[in-house]
Amino acid sequence: MSLAISHSVTYDVDRVRRDFPILQRSVRGRQLVYLDNAATTQKPQQVIDRLTRYYREENSNVHRGVHYLSEVATAAYEGARTTIQRFLNAKSEKEIVFTRGTTEGINLVAQSWGRKNLRGGDEVLITAIEHHSNIVPWQLLCAEKGATLRVAPVNDAGEVIVEEFAKLLTDRTKIAAFGHASNALGTINPVRQMTELAHAAGAIVVIDGAQGVPHLPIDVQEIGCDFYTFSGHKVYGPTGIGALYGREALLDAMPPWMGGGDMILSVSFEKTTYNALPYKFEAGTPNIADAIGLATALDYIGSLGLEKIAAHEHDLLLYATERLQEIKGLRIIGTSRQKASVISFTLETVHPHDIGTILDQEGIAIRTGHHCAQPLMMRFNVPATGRASFGLYNTRAEADALVEGLKKVLEVFG
Amino acid sequence: MSDLRELYQQVILDHNKNPRNFHEMAGATSKVDGYNPLCGDHYTIFLQVDGDTVKDVSFTGSGCAISKASASVMSATVKGKSRDEIAKLFDTFHSLVTGEGGSANAAELGRLAAFSGVSEFPARVKCATLAWHTLNAALKGDSQSVTTE
Repeated sequence: MSLAISHSVTYDVDRVRRDFPILQRSVRGRQLVYLDNAATTQKPQQVIDRLTRYYREENSNVHRGVHYLSEVATAAYEGARTTIQRFLNAKSEKEIVFTRGTTEGINLVAQSWGRKNLRGGDEVLITAIEHHSNIVPWQLLCAEKGATLRVAPVNDAGEVIVEEFAKLLTDRTKIAAFGHASNALGTINPVRQMTELAHAAGAIVVIDGAQGVPHLPIDVQEIGCDFYTFSGHKVYGPTGIGALYGREALLDAMPPWMGGGDMILSVSFEKTTYNALPYKFEAGTPNIADAIGLATALDYIGSLGLEKIAAHEHDLLLYATERLQEIKGLRIIGTSRQKASVISFTLETVHPHDIGTILDQEGIAIRTGHHCAQPLMMRFNVPATGRASFGLYNTRAEADALVEGLKKVLEVFG
Repeated sequence: MSDLRELYQQVILDHNKNPRNFHEMAGATSKVDGYNPLCGDHYTIFLQVDGDTVKDVSFTGSGCAISKASASVMSATVKGKSRDEIAKLFDTFHSLVTGEGGSANAAELGRLAAFSGVSEFPARVKCATLAWHTLNAALKGDSQSVTTE
């Protein structure tokens, strides 16, 4: 047997596609070609079924009932936390806080750790490729505290210039926050190296993992970061659920940021004692069903093999990048050496919105616009880009469809 | 392709490629910015208003073909018209692109009729109307920027 086995032998994308019912549907009379995975991913039948089963057979409130269903729901909800803990390789379930998504995770750190620890004159360091959700929470915090937001620049390939990042780290830097991978360009940051640099300067490290988790195996202990947060819906799970990993010692010392039920031990009008980790940060009835659905999604991608998914997506990235060279006037924005399967592009003569509308007529879904990264668009001097982002169920044939669709765009604009 | 040809009519492609009145205006009586924050479309409309009459219109900025052609055709159409005439044109144009007005009077619309295909593309209505909303704000004397979101 030859050793040169193509990944397609071990990764059966046709079989994978059968798990996603929405991929069977047609759009505008065409077979759907879904290339907007960086915005949100489609859900496998396994996740859909798990949500249905929860509501049909297990629905109950958690952590408070003595009855049978509450025990079942609590076990499933806490089981989901354990799944996430293992998925991220966190030390303990106490370090996993359920949130609505990445944005809430970042805001939690800014509002709880940040408000407690930041002083006037301190600095928060981010990078030029951040999503608005990793910019605005820090701006709010800095404005309140009289602190300063610093931004590490990127080079023309869309890579963070690590030397510049290092130079901006000083004893004033209290927080370094950066994405694992860029939603707009696909750039994968050297998060371990950046974490070491930030720690050496005495800053804590917050990683926006929204685009990391879907494409890369994650090990928070290996990265060494203090916080890592991601969204379920970008990794084949439900919307409205995500998680924040935080190092236990830090979480323990942080004040709660929302008050309510479930996050307390005892309440009197004089004094309230807060619950233990991670419940201190989960006020109110949580999003039980979707937390369980998220765990099912992580189990699902685990069963396909994270390394195999990454290899499949990398193949699509290389193939699509190569084929897009055929399109006259096409410029790829973001040519990082380490890149997730996201391709941002412009056409010389056609605005991204017009591209998006014409592709949509062909059943091809891409994102057009500034991708919630306006400062980054300014850096590359474009008002907007088209973005094709590939997921675990995409195929080379779909990359071909994109190329054919773009040829049609040029035809319309003659 | 037929819907696309309806959307991207020759007039639109032409005005996108060679926008009319596409420059800043010295001596403008008002100047208003229009944004579509979700798209990143951004135009500045310059007006010279004399009493009730819009003497001159020009614009600068960038955006998709629909928004740019709309700004261009609008600038050519409203020049020399009164506030009332412009308000009526905007109403008719709005009905046309949203598909809510039945069959609009083609003679009344002139070149603006080229935007009839937009009604089949609800996501693009805001592109077609951005310049008009901005003009409206300028005529009302709003100095603040407007958005279509």
